[in-house]
This record gives sequence, C-alpha cells and structure tokens, in this order.
Amino acid sequence: MATASETPHIALTLRDHLPILQVLIPLCTAPLIVLLGDRRVAWGLAFLAAMLSLVVSFLLMMQVMDGSFISYHLGGWAPPIGIEYRIDAANAFVLLLISLTATLVLPFALRSVADEIPARSHTLFYACFTLVLTGLLGVVATGDAFNVFVFLEISSLATYVLVSQGLYRDKRALSAAYDYLIMGTIGATFFVIGIGFLYMTTGTLNMADMAERLVGQGDNRTVQAAFAFIVVGMGLKVAIYPLHLWLPAAYNYAPSAVTVFLAATSTKAAVYVLLRFMFSVFQPEFVFDTNLLLWILAPFALLAMFAASLIAVFQTNFKRMLAYSSIAQIGYMLLGISLFSVTGLSATMVHLFNHGITKAALFMAVGALVLRSGNTFYDRIEGMGRVMPLTGAAVVLGGLSLIGVPGTAGFISKWVLVQAAFEAGLWWIALLIVASSLLAVIYMWRVVEILYLHTPHPEAIHKEAPLSMVIPMWIAAGACVWFGIDTSLTMGAANTAAIGLMGGTDGMALTPTVGGLLGNGH
Amino acid sequence: MKEHHLILRVVTKSLVGTIILFAFYVQFHGDFSPGGGFQAGVIMAVAFILYGIVFGLHEVQRVLPAWVVHKLVALGVLVYAGTGIWNMFLGYEFLHYGSFTPDHMSHGQHSGILYVEAGVGITVTGVMVAIYYAFAGRTPRLGNDDW
Repeated sequence: MATASETPHIALTLRDHLPILQVLIPLCTAPLIVLLGDRRVAWGLAFLAAMLSLVVSFLLMMQVMDGSFISYHLGGWAPPIGIEYRIDAANAFVLLLISLTATLVLPFALRSVADEIPARSHTLFYACFTLVLTGLLGVVATGDAFNVFVFLEISSLATYVLVSQGLYRDKRALSAAYDYLIMGTIGATFFVIGIGFLYMTTGTLNMADMAERLVGQGDNRTVQAAFAFIVVGMGLKVAIYPLHLWLPAAYNYAPSAVTVFLAATSTKAAVYVLLRFMFSVFQPEFVFDTNLLLWILAPFALLAMFAASLIAVFQTNFKRMLAYSSIAQIGYMLLGISLFSVTGLSATMVHLFNHGITKAALFMAVGALVLRSGNTFYDRIEGMGRVMPLTGAAVVLGGLSLIGVPGTAGFISKWVLVQAAFEAGLWWIALLIVASSLLAVIYMWRVVEILYLHTPHPEAIHKEAPLSMVIPMWIAAGACVWFGIDTSLTMGAANTAAIGLMGGTDGMALTPTVGGLLGNGH
Repeated sequence: MKEHHLILRVVTKSLVGTIILFAFYVQFHGDFSPGGGFQAGVIMAVAFILYGIVFGLHEVQRVLPAWVVHKLVALGVLVYAGTGIWNMFLGYEFLHYGSFTPDHMSHGQHSGILYVEAGVGITVTGVMVAIYYAFAGRTPRLGNDDW
C-alpha cells in the first residue's frame, strides 16, 4: 500500500459516506436501544434513526436520478475483492420507500404499540423494528450477493419476532410467526444455495463481477439451477402466488404497526432483489431464454390477481382482506416483470412504491380501527366511518388508490402496466388487468359500505383515533393523491431504474479503475 | 447438591479459570493462528455454561446476571460498528483499519482486527450464554389453559 507521502489521502466527506450511513444509522441504533434499555428513549431513538435514514435516502435519490450510480467500498477494499455498496436509481427508489414508511410508521406506532403490547416488551420491540429497517435497507443497498443474504436474515429474523408480538391480542400470532419462520427460512436457504452455485461457477460474490462472468454461461446447468433456486427462494419472500401461504396469517395477526411496515416494505424489498438478480446478475436474455416469464411468472401473476382478489372479496375481516389484496397486488408487479420491456419494469417499480404508500395508509386505518373497536371483523367495525370520519375517509382514499381510480397513485401504476401490455401487443392482458381491478372495487366497496351505512357497534369506543395516528395515516393517504397527480419523482425514478435493469450487465458495469484490476483475476 | 458430585465441583472450579484464560488466548492470538472473536466467544461462554450446569442456573446468574448478558450482546455490535465509525472520523471508509496508522497501513489493519474481534467476542459470549439461560431457565409463560 502507498505511504501517505506518495499519494496524500483526501479525507472522505459525509456525502461520500451516505451509502453506508443508510444502513449504519439503524444498525447502530438497535444495539444502542438495548444497551440503554429505557422504553421511553427507545421510541425516540428509533424515530431519530428512521428520520435520518429518510434524509440519507433522499440525498442518495437526488444523486442517482440521472442514471449514474454510487459505489462505496467497505474497508477501502475495492470490489470485487471487498464488499461494495452500490446505489443506483433502482435501489435508491426502494430505499426511499422503506425509510419513508419507517418514518411514518413510528409516530403511528407510539399509541398503537402502547395499546397492543405490554410496556415491558417495548424496548425490545423498537430494537427489533430498527433491525428490520436495517435489514431491509441493507438488502437493497448492497452490491454483494452474500451480503444480500445476511441482511435478508437480519430483517427476517427480527420480523418473525415482531409478528409474534401480536400474541397479546391473539395467540394465533405465535403460529403465524412460526409458519413465517419456516417458510422464510426455506426461502432464505434456497436463495443461499443459489448464491452458492453462482459462487461455484464464477468465483465471486460481487454482483457486478458475477454478472460479467455469467455472460455466455446460459447453457451451464449449475447456473440454471442457481437461477431456479434464487427465483423460488425469493419467490417465497415476495409471496408469489402459490408461495404466499405465510402472508395472510402473518399480516393478520401481527401488531397493527408491524403490519403497516411489513406490507409497505418487506415484500417490496424482496421484489427488488428478484429484479436485481433476474436482470442485473443474470442477463435479461438469459431470463428470456429460460421461458420463466412466459410459463411461470405471467400465469401465476394473473392467477394471483384474480384468485387472491376473489378470496379478498369473501373475507370477513378487514385486515385479512387487505392481506389477500396485497397478494393480488404483488401479481401486478410480477406481471410488469413478465411483460419484459422497459415500460413493464417501470410499471413494476412504480407500483412497488405506489402500492407501498397505499397499503401503508390502509393498514394504518386498520390500526386506528383496532384501537377503537378492538378488532377489524366486519361486524365489529360497522358504522365506524361515521364516528371516525378522518379514518373512514383515509380508507376511502386508500381504497380508491387500490382500485386505481384516476387521480390516485394506484391509477398511475395500472395505467403504465396497461400501456406495457398494449406495447407487447397483449390486449387481452390489459383487459384482465382492468377486470381484476373490478374485483378490488367489490372488496373495497364492501368495507366502505360497512364503515358508513351501518349503525356503529355499541361496544366500540366512539371516538376518532388520536392525532399521532391520524397524521401519519393522512400523510400516506395524501401521498396516494400527490403521487397520482405529480408523477415526476415516481415515474422518473421508475423509468431510470427500468432502463438500467433492462440494460443487463451494462447497467451494472464496473468502475473503470476496478476493471483493470479484474483483468488478471480470472 | 452441596454434598454430592464433589469431584465434579472441584474440577469445574479449577477448570473455569483455565477455560477463560484459553478464551483470551484464542481471542488475542486470532490473527496469527486459528481462532478469533467467534471461537473465543464460544469458549468464554462455555466457562459460564459449565459453571451453570454443575452449580445451577441460580449460582451462575449471581456471577453473570441475565440483564448483563443482554447488554453484552448489544455492546459487542457497537464495538464493531464503533471501530468502523472511528475510521470514518479519520477520513477513510467504514472499517478501513489502515486509517489508524496512515503511514503504515498494515499496522492499522492489525489493530483494527483486534478491535472488531473484541466486539465479536463480546457479542458471541453474550449470545451463547443468553441461549443457555433461555433454555435452562425456561418456564412456560403460557399455561396449558391459556390457549
């Protein structure tokens, strides 16, 4: 290594450190919360960490909006030897969604958690919450395949704990958390087996380097097996239709604040990883050659859109209904991928964000209803829209966005998706998208009817939810409208991300300085 | 208990110190020979677990209370991350140990490894002992009738 006198080191500034700070801030907050062990401090620290993460992800987003990328070398070791954090438009967008949701959920959680979880568990609850945030941000920020797995486990393990905290309201939260643990672990195992195969073939764990070495390996059985393992493993985390069984119970029995956070972020981060591996590590051509999109992804996406929506129609619990609706919405994201075009991927990316904020608003309304009526069975929340006008209106707004009514965020993503279907010449898919949206009309109307056209349940507390819940709920609901009208941020980022992803390896090109190092490494 | 297992108790008492010493050896010798924070942490935890198995959970928790163990788990992570943050304050990348001695990078690498391995050791000790406490001290929170 060079001595200081030969090449003077230019000290890195805070701006250079942004990619690591994104993960580091919540990572350090979690143990700090445990170390201080004070439940009043715990919430404050968690909220501070979430807010700082939001600032960092916003700054990162601004830097990569033009299609460039930032590479941060951990420990000063240049990739492919060292671990690299790599921020481009695709993951900056997801980072923004995750940290934004965390910042919104925490003020909401203050009252909701106090109501649903005994005080002695609060410290560890917020520590776990920050760990989930760390894991999700890490999964998205890193450019190292094995690092993805490690962060995936950090977020998943903490998530299982959070889901199980619903046990104070319903003991079934324990079995829900256990199911999720088993399914999630199988998913993570498959994923790491896939990475193992890739490592065997390429001898590297850096995604960009891996991508470069996988070029022309399309006939290699090991690579094909790796692809299958990674898609199925991530599919479990994404809850692709036949692999979704953990999701309804986990969402339903988890504490309200946890459901909001999970619904808005965790499956979205998994969709991002799936995209990253399919299009950046493996080549778009490779994905196309395996016929995965045509024979597996597209049919299951369509199946999810209809089957899950139909199941949602017949639910008797608002929260569970929304969980099934989430599975259907994931169908739209997968459909966007399977259309295999820049427009299709833009639709996926933008729906990822739009559905995130929509479900955040809706699940926050669920949390508010739980606080006042005890649970969200339809016979229990009857007429609550009249006594909780703000919550009721948020449900209506979120519902409109879920259906995809013009002027809401949901419309934008469905519009782009329909556009992508027409571009591919598949007009019947466009028709199916519209038809499945009609199912959303049915299940959302059922809720609206129950909330407004009945007399309130006598045992419920007839009072609007506290402001600490209503304000985050309305920020999310307002965002549904805002991003339905001003799409410059969302569509801009989604487009840049989609172009980068469809570019395949070019979208992951190594920095020139590292390229020279790589030449004699093979 | 006091009267029985005399040999076990005497041997355990004499072994515990040795085990801890060996843990420190593995910890600090990790960068020259097989070993390091993880192995050292496990060996360190073994000392407490052995003591607990022979003398009982109550006795070992007088030495190392459960709340201390939980703090240890968190502390180790902070030591590790703190080392990286220190590097950042020195103007280099996160965990760039060379920054400790910019004139002679490899010296910095040595000290950096020592610091983070200390963090690993603390956390692994904590986690191992915590797992033991959790299993050994398991009293069902939910009675069979609560379901």
